[in-house]
Amino acid sequence: MNLRQKRQLLNRVALSLALLAMSFGLFWLFWILWTTFDLGFASLSLKLFTQMTPAPGSEGGLLNAIVGSLLLVGLGTLLGTPIGIFAGVYLAEYGQHTWLGHVTLFINDIMLSAPSIIIGLFVYAIYVSQVGHFSGYSGVVAIAMLVIPVVVSATTNMLKLVPDSLREAVFALGAPKWVVISKVTLRASVAGVLTGVLLAVARVTGETAPLLFTALSNQFWTLDMNQPIANLPVTIFKFAMSPYKDWQELAWAGVFLITLGVLSLNIVARVLFRQKHRS
Amino acid sequence: MQESPSVSFATNARASENGGTPAVESKTQIAFKDFNFYYGKYHALKNINLDIYHSQVTAFIGPSGCGKSTLLRTMNRMYDLYPEQRAEGSLLLDGQDILDKSIDINQLRARVGMVFQKPTPFPMAIYDNIAFGINLQERLSRSDMDDRVEWALRKAALWDEVKGILKQSGMSLSGGQQQRLCIARGIAVKPEVLLLDEPTSALDPISTMRIEELISELKQDFTIVIVTHNMQQAARISDFTAYMYLGEMIEYGVTDQVFIKPQKKATEDYITGRFG
Repeated sequence: MNLRQKRQLLNRVALSLALLAMSFGLFWLFWILWTTFDLGFASLSLKLFTQMTPAPGSEGGLLNAIVGSLLLVGLGTLLGTPIGIFAGVYLAEYGQHTWLGHVTLFINDIMLSAPSIIIGLFVYAIYVSQVGHFSGYSGVVAIAMLVIPVVVSATTNMLKLVPDSLREAVFALGAPKWVVISKVTLRASVAGVLTGVLLAVARVTGETAPLLFTALSNQFWTLDMNQPIANLPVTIFKFAMSPYKDWQELAWAGVFLITLGVLSLNIVARVLFRQKHRS
Repeated sequence: MQESPSVSFATNARASENGGTPAVESKTQIAFKDFNFYYGKYHALKNINLDIYHSQVTAFIGPSGCGKSTLLRTMNRMYDLYPEQRAEGSLLLDGQDILDKSIDINQLRARVGMVFQKPTPFPMAIYDNIAFGINLQERLSRSDMDDRVEWALRKAALWDEVKGILKQSGMSLSGGQQQRLCIARGIAVKPEVLLLDEPTSALDPISTMRIEELISELKQDFTIVIVTHNMQQAARISDFTAYMYLGEMIEYGVTDQVFIKPQKKATEDYITGRFG
């Protein structure tokens, strides 16, 4: 065997090992997706969107859980996004070399990887146990706390990508700093920031632990955010653990809906980011 | 780097006509007096004394790191963005010390415009790129604004190329067009002084030529200070040339004289290519 053949053989062995490792990972991922789509699709029906979560043995859908989830995630994002963007602007434009900036960045990194159940317990301790009851608002707070670090790091990273030469060019026209940030640097990174927000939404949509301690769940229709409110993740958790077959089917339908939602959010984020960066 | 024969011949002829010392009728617009500049502890500019004249093109030349860009960036106090940089001495613009803490820095930058080495179009339409700076300084009606934008683009010799696509993003233009857009943006606010920091070093020869022609036209309305690595460029377009080395002003004078009969050996070595 000459050197060339030896190298080719080595190349093939390395490639096969890499492919094998990749297929191992993809195998489970596709199995999960397949199960979700198979079982979820089977229990998909119009009733899901028109009826409330039922008592065991009776007919029903997921309307209250879907609306509850939309409310919690929507309000949580609405609360967390501006805070995250402002914090990100501070970190990238003002506090880069300050003590406060370094500490904030460090804490944000911890928040980013903190298990969400800790956030749930924290909100339970400072809000739910003080007020004395579970509520939609506490769920919104928990969701916002999960959204904030994702948006902060997206904003900071995108603003840091804006070259200093562009910043100097705006300053050179006699622009005050707030104009530089609001009219040019934020504008130059809007696609990245928006992508970050969408990815944050995708992440919190499936979070169960923080809602278990805050919004809890509700068998009935309610829009009162001061009461426990139904939502998809906790409903899935409850229904999937139950011995009732129709509840289990509804749980699968919920899983399917969340997966589909997260998938489309990711696709939208990707398309948006790519389009913005091409133009 | 060698000077082309035709250029030195031309400048030679011009210099001898004036007896080597062309009369300067211009008044001083910017004056550095015992000026020092520091990057933290590093002493970057040492005892600079320099007068820059009204409606003239002044070129700063010298090897990389000699402080010519640093000197340029003091005139609009760009260094203020970086807390570890500081200036000492005095720097007068129309007789007023602009190092004074009480100076309104945004107003100063409206009076002293700047164009950078790399084109920096803002992420917005061509029209808005020009209108941006104007909106910071004054309130114009829609039609006045249209006129001003057209005036600036015409001055920068870009109007004919972009008049149909004013709504398009400034990023969609070519490099040379982007740089002329930046010049248009700089003159749209009608500054008194225009600072150019190696404005053609990222451009091809044709774009470079257009911008050089532009500079010669603009000096009727603005005082121009340009940093350049290209000595032929300095010889072609400037009225005054300053040669800097290691943070010191080695020689400063009428361009023809600096290039034909430099007073200092170091200047001669640099411009004839024996050094740098």
